[in-house]
Amino acid sequence: MDPITLRLPHTVQRPQELTSYGPTTRTTQPIVTGTSVVAFKYKDGIIMAADCLGSYGSLARFRNEKRLTQVGEKTLLGVSGDISDYQYLQHKLEDMITHEYDMDDGQSLGTKSVYKYLSNIMYGRRNKFDPLWNAYVVGGIDNGEKVLGFVDMYATTYSSDTIATGFGSHLAQPILRRRVEGRTEQITEEEALEILDECMRVLFYRDCRTFNKLRRAKVTAQGVEISEPYSLETNWDFAEDIVGYGA
Amino acid sequence: MTSIGTGYDLSVSTYSPDGRVFQVEYAQKAVDNSGTAIGLRVKDGVVLAVEKIKHSRLLVPNSNKRIMTAGKHIGVASAGWMSDTRHLVKRVRDEAHNYHSIYKADIPAKIIAERMGMYVQAYTLYSAVRPFGVSTLLACKDKDGPQLYMLEPSGEYVGYRGCAAGKGKQVAKTEIEKLNLEELT
Repeated sequence: MDPITLRLPHTVQRPQELTSYGPTTRTTQPIVTGTSVVAFKYKDGIIMAADCLGSYGSLARFRNEKRLTQVGEKTLLGVSGDISDYQYLQHKLEDMITHEYDMDDGQSLGTKSVYKYLSNIMYGRRNKFDPLWNAYVVGGIDNGEKVLGFVDMYATTYSSDTIATGFGSHLAQPILRRRVEGRTEQITEEEALEILDECMRVLFYRDCRTFNKLRRAKVTAQGVEISEPYSLETNWDFAEDIVGYGA
Repeated sequence: MTSIGTGYDLSVSTYSPDGRVFQVEYAQKAVDNSGTAIGLRVKDGVVLAVEKIKHSRLLVPNSNKRIMTAGKHIGVASAGWMSDTRHLVKRVRDEAHNYHSIYKADIPAKIIAERMGMYVQAYTLYSAVRPFGVSTLLACKDKDGPQLYMLEPSGEYVGYRGCAAGKGKQVAKTEIEKLNLEELT
């Protein structure tokens, strides 16, 4: 039987047409999103890559997004998920850095501190059931030690030699595990770039929300370096042989 | 030295019959009796300097900086009570941060000087609080270039090419006036 809907006076219950009808709700869906971030440790430090796309659902809307940014002296932050939540967090991190600068004591926050600060914010929001709909990859060199960590909207954190978010965790992570795990100290920059390209190429072929315009970044003892956008060589000849799908 | 206030100097919310607020003047005295601070606005920036009075050999170097930062484009030095200065610098930082939160831009020198002037002046209105015993030198770099403002305990603020506060302010001012600040870098 259909439920009977009663029209009660507006002082008793708000009409359903009003968008604020119902219990108080928080973030339920991301709007403009970024897809995978892939990162791993290599001989000289950390290397990370992400494409330059901000998707609006299935629309490839913003094709010059910066999903890799520098935080402080030696920390690199990669983001996937809702871009506006990321922009809000960028502002918060900038405030953190300015506050550090004001202290004027010759010290600056290391990667581990940035990672913890970020994790705390994510956890606080998750507890309020109003998450920042992101998955972050934090990488850097803290006191000579290579740090690479992950935080997501549930505030799950973990550190590893290889990290990938989104589709990358399904498609790129196996590649990274085979090629990187256990031999990070042997991987030169040349090989690291090659591994990264292999991962990003697979992602471009298989993830529908990617774009063939990527940036990569590395953190070494010299600091953070984020590259200009570049594209991958792809081969779509196999597409001619596909049968089915469409007319 | 000073004329005796006789009853008109007990709180900052009282005028004297000749139109003076003695508490503010006494605050100015506190400034005049402390270590000198100098600011010079030159072509490409502002230089701030303070006199360091080492009252003990046991002091740890760099642990008590008298020139403070408030955001990447503002520097603050002062003459007077250091504890009052720290309070004011905290306020400068908060104002700069709030401005940035709303307008995503560095707070312009004129605006931060005005806000701080208003803040300092507020403490000259109520008998429950005392005026700040500091003359603050605000060095700020914005779109119009480097600027220097000096805030006095009365809340008055003026833009300067070169200014000094504290014990040696007369001597310093005389020397500063001899310089051609517009040409120096």
